This record gives sequence, C-alpha cells and structure tokens, in this order.
Amino acid sequence: MFKKFFYSQKIAPYVFILPFLLTFLCFWIVPISNGVLLSFQDVLKDKWVGAKNYQRLLTDKIFFKAIFHSVRYMIGTLVLLIPFPMLFASLLNSKLMKKPGLFKSIYFIPALTSVVVAGIIFRLMFGELDSSLANRVLTLLGESPIKWLHGELTSFFALLLLCCWRWTGVNILYFTAGLQSISTELFEAASIDGANAWQQFTRISFPLLKPTTIYVVTISIYAGLSMFTESYMLWAGKNSPNNVGLTIVGYLYRQGIEKRALGYACAVGLVLLIIIMFINIIQLILNGTFKKEER
Amino acid sequence: MKRKLLSVILGLTLMISTLSGCSSKSTETDTAGTVAPTEAAESGISAVGTTEMEVQGDDVTTINVWTFIALHQEFYTKMAENWNEQHPDKKVKLVLSNMQYDDMHNKLSLALESGEGAPDVVDIEVSKFPAFTTGTIGLRDLTDVIAPYKESVVQARLNLYSKDGKFYGLPTHVGATVAFYNDDILKAAGINYEEIKTWDDFKAAGVKYFEATGKYFATVETSAQWMTSLMLVQKGGNYLDADGNLAVNNDKMVEVLTYIKGMQDTGAFGVIPGGQPDTEEAYAAFNAGDYAVQIMPFWQTSRFVNYMADIKGKVGIAPTPVWSTTDGEAQSIGGGGTGTAIIASGPNADLAAEVMAFIKLSPEANKEVWNILGFDPVNTEVWTDTTLTQNPDNQFVQYFKNYPFDTLNAIKDNIGGLSSQTDEKWPSINNEFCTVTLNNIFENGMDIKEALDESQATLENEFQ
Repeated sequence: MFKKFFYSQKIAPYVFILPFLLTFLCFWIVPISNGVLLSFQDVLKDKWVGAKNYQRLLTDKIFFKAIFHSVRYMIGTLVLLIPFPMLFASLLNSKLMKKPGLFKSIYFIPALTSVVVAGIIFRLMFGELDSSLANRVLTLLGESPIKWLHGELTSFFALLLLCCWRWTGVNILYFTAGLQSISTELFEAASIDGANAWQQFTRISFPLLKPTTIYVVTISIYAGLSMFTESYMLWAGKNSPNNVGLTIVGYLYRQGIEKRALGYACAVGLVLLIIIMFINIIQLILNGTFKKEER
Repeated sequence: MKRKLLSVILGLTLMISTLSGCSSKSTETDTAGTVAPTEAAESGISAVGTTEMEVQGDDVTTINVWTFIALHQEFYTKMAENWNEQHPDKKVKLVLSNMQYDDMHNKLSLALESGEGAPDVVDIEVSKFPAFTTGTIGLRDLTDVIAPYKESVVQARLNLYSKDGKFYGLPTHVGATVAFYNDDILKAAGINYEEIKTWDDFKAAGVKYFEATGKYFATVETSAQWMTSLMLVQKGGNYLDADGNLAVNNDKMVEVLTYIKGMQDTGAFGVIPGGQPDTEEAYAAFNAGDYAVQIMPFWQTSRFVNYMADIKGKVGIAPTPVWSTTDGEAQSIGGGGTGTAIIASGPNADLAAEVMAFIKLSPEANKEVWNILGFDPVNTEVWTDTTLTQNPDNQFVQYFKNYPFDTLNAIKDNIGGLSSQTDEKWPSINNEFCTVTLNNIFENGMDIKEALDESQATLENEFQ
C-alpha cells in the first residue's frame, strides 16, 4: 500500500512539487489573503471599515506621488540596466576581450556590498556640504554646489546611479550565462558568411538571448516598483524633503510601521501587487511567453 | 597568482560588507529621531541588550524595564540602588532591556494590543506617546505617585504625558528652548548677545553681523520646528484649533512663517546643511563658525560638548528672544522628551510606579540627570543648588562661557508648552511640516499661505 503510493506515477509529481506548494501557501497565499482582509479594517481600533482605506487612497496625493516615483524609477532602470549590461556581456564574451574574468569581477563587486552600506556612502557622496563628492565634481565643472537630495531630478539621478552601480554586474552575469549557452558554431558560420560583429550581435545574440531578457525584464520590473532600501538609506531613514524619494513600498512602511495604520498600509500593498502583476502580465503576453509553441 | 589576489579581494569585500551591515543598524536609530524631534538621538548610544541589577536579600521584587537609550539603564540602576538603601522593606531589582527606538515602540504596541509580554515599566518617546493614550489606555494613571513632587516639577512637562487630567508618564528633562550664541565671533562683529531681547533685535543683529562678516547669523529650519513652534507659542498660536481640529493654515502660523521668511530674505539667515542644528552637517557648520546662533532645546548642550569641540569656551547661553518683552509671553518651550510609563496590568504596577517616580522626579535623581546625562532636570529644586550647577568639574559647566543654569533660572517660571503635542494627530503634523511645508516655503520659495493650505489638505485627507 505504502509502496504503491510512493511508486505511483500519478502521485509522484505532486510529491515533488509539494515543498514549493507548501511554502507558496504558507508564505504567500495566506499572508496575501490576510492582507486583503486587513485592508478593509482599521487595525488599531480593530473594526471593519469597508472600502474606506481604498477611498482614502484615491484622494491621497502623496500616494500618487509615490507611484509616480516608483514607475519612473522602474522605467529608468529598464532603460539603463537591460541594453548596457547586454552590450557589456557581449563584449566580455568576445574573443577579442583581454582579461574578461577581471572585468567581470570588477563589475560584480558592488553587488556584494550591502545596500545599507552603499546607501550611506552615496548619501555622503551626495551630501549638502560643499565638500561632498558630487558637489566637488560640480565645482570642477564650474557650477555652484547644490542640494542633491532635495530636488526631484537630482535625487532621481542619485537613486539611478546607485542602482546602476550596484546591479550592472549582476545583469551582466545573467546575460553572460545566456550568451554562453548559444552555440559558437552559429557565430563561426556567420563570420564565414561575412557578418560583422554588430550584425552578429543583432541577428544572433539578441534573438537567442530572449529567454534571458524576458527573465531580467520581469525581475527588473518587480525590483524597480518595489524599491525601498535604497531610498530609505539615501535619506537615512527619515522622510525625504518634499517626499522626493518616496516610493510605494516606502509609503507602505511609513503608513504601516511609522503611523501604525496597518489596514491602510495593506491597501497600499495590494495596489502595488496589482500594478506589478498588471505590468508584468502585459509584458509577458507581448513578448509571447504564454504561447505554447515557443521554446 | 592573480586569481588568488582577486579571490582575496572578493573575500575581503564580502567580509567588510557583512560586518558593516551589522553595525550600520545603529546609525538608523540614531537618526530616526531627527524628523520627529526625539530624545533618541540625544545620547547617540543605542546598544541592544539586557542588564540585571544585583540585589542582596530575600524579599526583592523584580521589575522589567524597557528603554531605547542605553545611557538610561545606567542612570536607572544607580537610582534604584539608592532607593533600595532608603527602603530596605521595598527592595526592587530592575531587569533592563534596551532595544532600538522603532523596535521597542512597535513591540510595546503589539504587547499592549495582544495583552501579553509587556514589561512593568517602559520609556516612551514623546512623539510616540499620544499613540498609547488613545483608545483603551494600557498605562497606569500616575497622578498619585507624582503628587509628592508635583510642586517642584515643571508643569508643562507633566502635561505632555497627560490625557483628560490624568498623568501617564514621568518626564526626563525639560528641554527648555534657549539660544546658544557663539560669543567670540559675535563680539568680533560688534554684537553683544546679551542685548538681544526681541525677535526684532535678533533680526537686526543678524543683519549687522552679516554685513560685517558675510556669514550667516542663524539658521532657518526646514527639517525641525524648534524655533517655529517657539515663535508660534509666544504668539499664542497652535497647530490645532480650540476644538482640536486641524488648523495648520491659521493666521498666527502665517504671521510666524512670514516673519521667518523675512529674516531669510535679509540674507543673514540661511537654511543650514541638514535643515536644522541637530544634524551631523550642522554640527560641522557651527563648529567651523559658519553660523553664529542656534535656537535649540537645552539638551543641545550634549551635542556641543560631543560634536563641536572647536568652539569650546566660546558659546554663551541666553534666553530666547520674544515678540514683546512686556506682554508676559512664554520665554521658552520644552522640546523633545521621554516619558516613563507603567503598564497598568503588571503585577507590581503600584510598586513600580512609586519607585519610578522616585527615580525620575526626586531631587537626588534630578542631580544625576544633569551629572550623567547633561539634561535640564524637571525638578527645579535642584536648579538653584550651586554646588551642583556650578561644579567646576562638570564638563558642561566647563564648556560654556556662562553657567547654563543661570539662563534656566531666568526663564524658570515662564516655560510654555504646545498643547497640540499631546494630540494623536501631532506625529503626522510634525512629519508634514518637517518634510514638506517648511521645505516648500524656505527652499522652493512657495507662497506661505498656499504651502500651508496644501499641507492642511494633505493632513485632512489622512484623518478623514
């Protein structure tokens, strides 16, 4: 009986996916359902308030500001962190490149640092004092020092720079792995036919990297929209002036933890979940991941 | 060979990043208090850990205490030993747990909501206090144990932790707002700070100083409201209306901010790096003599001693300016603070309340508040004890040009308070002002009324 159960071909697959299912259930489905329930409550007063939290969201200008910042940041990271790492990976993968291992390591080192430490260093670099690094650079260029972390665009720049500094190496790693799975015969055949490096990149590397690209785009969308630590550290855990560094998760933290409005924070979190799912599903449909015959 | 070197570098980077990852946490708490003005940053020490007192004898009651400033542990232990000597029949043993600022307050609210795991005694930071006096109050009414000391304790500080006439917290210090003048550089510009009595004098002195030196006289705040709130209280203004409704765009507020804007427009008053005097950037600017004056709560003394060592012996403390010297308006208001509360449901709540009242309010305890912590004690009896306040061995006495308590005694009977600070809406108001409103006005040049209206709308939306 026992043996039969374990050796059954029908049951075996379920046994194998059971660990995933269990963790998915315990750590995703249950908390999310709980979050949905909480978003209709005033947790501190422990009573049901209907859709009040959502109504408040609709009229909350700061929340829309947070969404705007998150989306802008996501787009910025997509624009910078997909094409450039792909290009760098191709360069590193090329036979002409000397010491590719060294460069890979150099690019990858920032990913090993803690965001908390990097955030502190960047905060000092973009400090208000005239002697901060960014202001020194401005002075060298003949400009006068500015308060980097006070302005909308300048702080966006600081966040993007931190992000690129930290994640370029990781994305290079993904793309290198993708490139190395492409058969070298294709490149050889192409060069015999007279294709130059650029043509090889656009006609061979780019199309065959599609699965990797889809993966990187998907996680970048998620990571961009749910960014929190970077902005938290850049403003030292304080609220940024005029909320220039506020992101959706930052707002969730502020409402849920700082102001103890957990119900409202749950509503914010659910809206974030919906936005991420929506964008990612559209993206996956557009690039054909859901089609059966692909791959 | 090269590969080895590389792996060593990578290994080192990894190690450094993990190590610094641990220690950086304390920096977070350290700064957490700057926007919501807190005492958390006062000592700069936020080590996490539990210490137990050693007490001889059989009949000893154990009392659990939560703090978020490690320095308080030392102080409580010392005073509890004192208590045990005086009350051998009611000996206590304190078990003190120090946690990070946010962590501790979150744990406390969970413990009170779930009814389990709360300590006997807890330090609650002033801006978090209103959250614990709304709804069902889990804290013990301390009116009875405060009674013996009530006469000599600054009333405004007791009110800070009260609700409906009942007191729920024991204050640590007054935090009286005073003016700190860098006398040396002012004198060089021909200014005698002792002659500055009104805000108009203050402004005129600023202009004179600026013309003489080209440097900023004092700071315009964007990330705190020490001076803004003081000026507002002196005008009889508030952040709420008489019924407790939001009214941050009221006329008196407009007047105050317009006046400060006028100061900024002279060029003599600037937004200091960091947005207020109690930040790392600002310490550096003051230390270098880039600014000459700070309007700050008294506990800024500890910052001067610790972070502005270069101007030691040059700084004088004076009462803050007022609008008019004849109308009897407040000379100062209390800023920041920590209220020690007793959990009502604790098995030893009554004894804990009695002991803590002794530890926080008795004259002998308040001497130590000055000696150990450098704060202005809430029990004003000790303010006149010159062996204490003029003790030449005291580092705070050594640092300042005049005796710090001379100023405190001068304003003693005229320390006001801001009633909106005890309202549950206060943390949000404070946050909105220190991140949005003041920045809009003093950094972005937005119209004052417009900026206030916008903040009023934001806050109304939050409390709808």
